[in-house]
Amino acid sequence: MIAAFGPPALSWNLSSDLHQLFQFRFMTNAFAAGTIVAVVAAPIGWFMVLRRQTFAGHTLAVVGFPGAAGAALIGISINDGYYAFCIIAALVIAAVPRARQGGYSEESAVIGTIQAFALACGFLFVTLYAGNLNGVNSLLFGNFLGITTGQILALAGFAVVGLAVLAAIGRPLLFASIDPDVAASRNVPTQALSVAFLVLLGVAAAETSQITGALLVFALLVLPAATTQTLTARPWRSLALAVVVALAVTWAGLAVSYFTPYPIGFWVTTIAFAAYVLAHLPRLAARARVHVRAGPTP
Amino acid sequence: MTDPLNPATSEDADLHDPAAPAVRLTGGTMVLGGRTVWREVDVTVGAGEFVAVLGPNGVGKSTLIKAILGMLPLTAGHLTVLGHPAGHANQHIGYLPQRRSFDPNLRIRGIDLVRLGLDGHRWGLPRPRWRPKAGEASGDRVTEMISLVGASEYAHRPIGQVSGGEQQRLLIAQALVQQPRLLLLDEPLDSLDLPNQASVAGLVADICQTGVAVMLVAHDVNPILSYLDRVIYLAHGGAVEGPPEDVITGETLSRLYDTPIEVLRTRDGRLVVVGQPEAPAHHHDRHP
Repeated sequence: MIAAFGPPALSWNLSSDLHQLFQFRFMTNAFAAGTIVAVVAAPIGWFMVLRRQTFAGHTLAVVGFPGAAGAALIGISINDGYYAFCIIAALVIAAVPRARQGGYSEESAVIGTIQAFALACGFLFVTLYAGNLNGVNSLLFGNFLGITTGQILALAGFAVVGLAVLAAIGRPLLFASIDPDVAASRNVPTQALSVAFLVLLGVAAAETSQITGALLVFALLVLPAATTQTLTARPWRSLALAVVVALAVTWAGLAVSYFTPYPIGFWVTTIAFAAYVLAHLPRLAARARVHVRAGPTP
Repeated sequence: MTDPLNPATSEDADLHDPAAPAVRLTGGTMVLGGRTVWREVDVTVGAGEFVAVLGPNGVGKSTLIKAILGMLPLTAGHLTVLGHPAGHANQHIGYLPQRRSFDPNLRIRGIDLVRLGLDGHRWGLPRPRWRPKAGEASGDRVTEMISLVGASEYAHRPIGQVSGGEQQRLLIAQALVQQPRLLLLDEPLDSLDLPNQASVAGLVADICQTGVAVMLVAHDVNPILSYLDRVIYLAHGGAVEGPPEDVITGETLSRLYDTPIEVLRTRDGRLVVVGQPEAPAHHHDRHP
């Protein structure tokens, strides 16, 4: 598509760069989709990091792969496959009794089992479909070409519902996440919240998979939250900052991948990783200073 | 429609009957997973009383606290808490569970944890702090409780990075911030060093002086002995309740546990219980 118009070239003229960036419909669509996904993934990912459920989040994203491949196989919309599989998998994980503190082993094993089975199914569906290998790559590592207006509407619809639910349960969810016993004693429905959150996480994983691919969802689910939880210990401030970081990372990733031959999933992840490292630098530097002052240890 | 999280708001009138005992349990029996935890237990905690729940590991002390919160239903017996069935007046109860310390990497400030004690059960998101609604006192109440427990200095640090004693003070502030009429403290002195045990015990006694009934589960009665109104000694067969000097005696405890037990009093007034049966290897108490 790009080749027909010659490769995009970055210049020192910002307005011409921006003009190039947005001259094609597929790029404006990609920016719209990326923006929606960043706004959904960051706050839900923030709670996921706080609740130490990153493994569940990763599994939900991986489940999107057989979902999408299976949808392609039976000839329905790939996006329906993402949402259906991710939400069903969220309910399955929610049905596994969650071990209390210090006892996550059972949960991890069950989730790992689901993840392995999901990947295997995805591989089978792709083999049966006998589609081109490029398709598999974009399911796993993301693609921003050819995002349709219909897809954007679906992303926006799920985003609005997901964020509305998150806004409604936000405070009790925070309470139940960091202090489950006391929350339960105050009649906070911790079990129901935990199921609701997993479904939200399924939606976020399904949405993020469509941009970053199933294997790189953590670029938007984990990295912004992990970055801003380092920067501030004020919960709501760090949640809001995570959205800002996710937006910045997505926009930068889209722009850079437009001007370079390398894929979107790589750029979004790399930029998010750079932000994470930058956020940790002051603390690492402080630790190094303490070491230097303390002198070499024998 | 009544608020589902505060089922008792419409019945607040009976809650303010000062004569109503904070806890009244008669003939309470608890069977969990086929095992009788305790049987025929009677407990009364009057308004403003300081009562300790004692007994060896695994005897169901935490289970008793959870029954009072309505989180575990009694198998038999009758229980009212602040004049209501268990679980229906929890917004008037401050609860400090048997603790775990927080993950050192948990990036939430102590003050946020205390504030959740005030409004964490409410749906929605918090209002942005830079525009507090006129007349909103929650910020004041939170900082007031933090200074009451002497935690102002470290309340703005991440909870995982303060010491165990400091965490315990913040958690007591969290339990108090809602102005409860009953405090249920499950081993608040566990894992604290001796000076911290003494100061947290003194803090709880001061709170009790303000009219809040306190039930405190303890392993060692000594740090709180001088403040206590009554003690409850739990055993699988039942329980003995009364003033500490009547209950913590060789004779009473030997009868309760059906095994020879001696209580020694050291020169500085501390009690040493010798021969107390230790936990059968169940530990239901710790990992329910």
